Amino acid sequence: MSYLYDTLADLAHLSDTHNLPMWEIVIRAEMEASGQSREAIEKEALRRIQIFKDSVVNGIEDRKRTVSGMSGGQAHVLLEHTPRLMSPTAYKALTYAIAVNEANAKMFRVVACPTAGSCGVMPGTMCAVAEELKLDDEAMLRGFFMGAGIGNVITNQACVAGAVGGCQAEVGSAAAMAAGAVVAMLEGTTKQAINAVALCLKNVLGLVCDPVGGLVEVPCVKRNGIYAVHALSAAEMAMAGLISQIPVDEVIEAMDRIGRALPSTLRETSEGGLATTETGRRIAKQLAEM
Amino acid sequence: MSSIFEIIGPVMIGPSSSHTAGAARLGKMARSIFKEPIERVDLTLYGSFAKTYKGHGTDRALVGGLLGFDAEDERIRDAFKDAAEANLQYQFIESSEEGGHPNEVKFDLYSKDGHHMSIVGRSLGGGRILVTNVNNLEVEISGEDFTILTFHHDCPGVIAWVTSRLGQASVNISTMKVFRKRKHCEAVMLINTDEPVDTQVMADIQNHKSISSVMYFEPLEKAVAE
Repeated sequence: MSYLYDTLADLAHLSDTHNLPMWEIVIRAEMEASGQSREAIEKEALRRIQIFKDSVVNGIEDRKRTVSGMSGGQAHVLLEHTPRLMSPTAYKALTYAIAVNEANAKMFRVVACPTAGSCGVMPGTMCAVAEELKLDDEAMLRGFFMGAGIGNVITNQACVAGAVGGCQAEVGSAAAMAAGAVVAMLEGTTKQAINAVALCLKNVLGLVCDPVGGLVEVPCVKRNGIYAVHALSAAEMAMAGLISQIPVDEVIEAMDRIGRALPSTLRETSEGGLATTETGRRIAKQLAEM
Repeated sequence: MSSIFEIIGPVMIGPSSSHTAGAARLGKMARSIFKEPIERVDLTLYGSFAKTYKGHGTDRALVGGLLGFDAEDERIRDAFKDAAEANLQYQFIESSEEGGHPNEVKFDLYSKDGHHMSIVGRSLGGGRILVTNVNNLEVEISGEDFTILTFHHDCPGVIAWVTSRLGQASVNISTMKVFRKRKHCEAVMLINTDEPVDTQVMADIQNHKSISSVMYFEPLEKAVAE
């Protein structure tokens, strides 16, 4: 019996056929493909979950600016502020995701998730949800494997690199992984997880990659925070029973097509968008003279 | 389908898998190829490496790698301090020339007794790397396999001799390439294997009369931690 999958429809079908949650299919597929034991896989996943948590703490505690001076210390500012509009969970997800990306920009240890530029979304969202809803590492493992399965499908059916598909492929994929992960943490159904991914990804389509000065800072750091909240919105909608009219695998396919249609100036070359605004150019010039 | 640890991974020092994690792995690979203790190194940076290396910490990652640090080693952040303590001298040269790839670096490594080696490598994205040139000979070393690299004289029988010696030791060859400067001149054989190769086999290969030197590398890191 094989648990290998190519699409999210495959994962959902395996989940229904075996009457097992989707994240469990992802673990079994990893065991099958790698020959590793469940214990070894869970141990490595827990090591990475610990790095998620450490990177949140590092990003909040280290208040220094980055070498470029464009970011750093903003998660701490958010932590000191009392939110007036957002729920505690959403606000914490925003704060933690920014913290992880600040840690990344300041050369702390992170887990690329699926990339370094988008490494804040899934860890920030998962850590915030676990803390606010008092969930344990079992829940974190469910989220980890669910997010990994979603990322695996997007990587192999489309792309996750900003240079190939723009930011929709990078932060967009991270948000889709986080949306599914949160549903798994809360033990939602396969249908809810699939719809969370679809609703999440549909609403990042077209997002471009235009980093100022070619660095993973502006707009990347704050964008990780914004899309952590976006992931929670999608998960909440899906758990309320809303469904995506476009099936998730077709959304992924659309994302890939849109990414490849983007001009190269908006795919991580820093030759367009925010990078070539008046201020963007001025900052890039200053960085070049550093 | 990929391994889930390639999707949620690599574990790395930020901020960029290509400019930081890949740079650290290139440095570590260069150290592994050079083998001798490094006294001095010139690092020529091309393309995006040359333009953004300070903001991405590419410089610290390269030096950290040369000191033997893995891509997830937190000492990379202060690698210049460790380099000073280890008496490793380095200088960065920003090339305005086009390299063979957007993220490329050339290492000119010197040992205490003046031994020099030139190594060119690329960062391919996601932390993956490829060393493409060693001492002006084309090679392909990814740091993901067990790799044997022979520097030999291009003449009949050398390739057959090396591959049969590996076969006797039950080492399976996964991929293999042979390069040469020109006929009957310096040549390189690049062999990736599924299994590690023991020191006796390597010594036998080294002793072949047409092989001037041979190198052997293990993967830069294990795929999944024990």
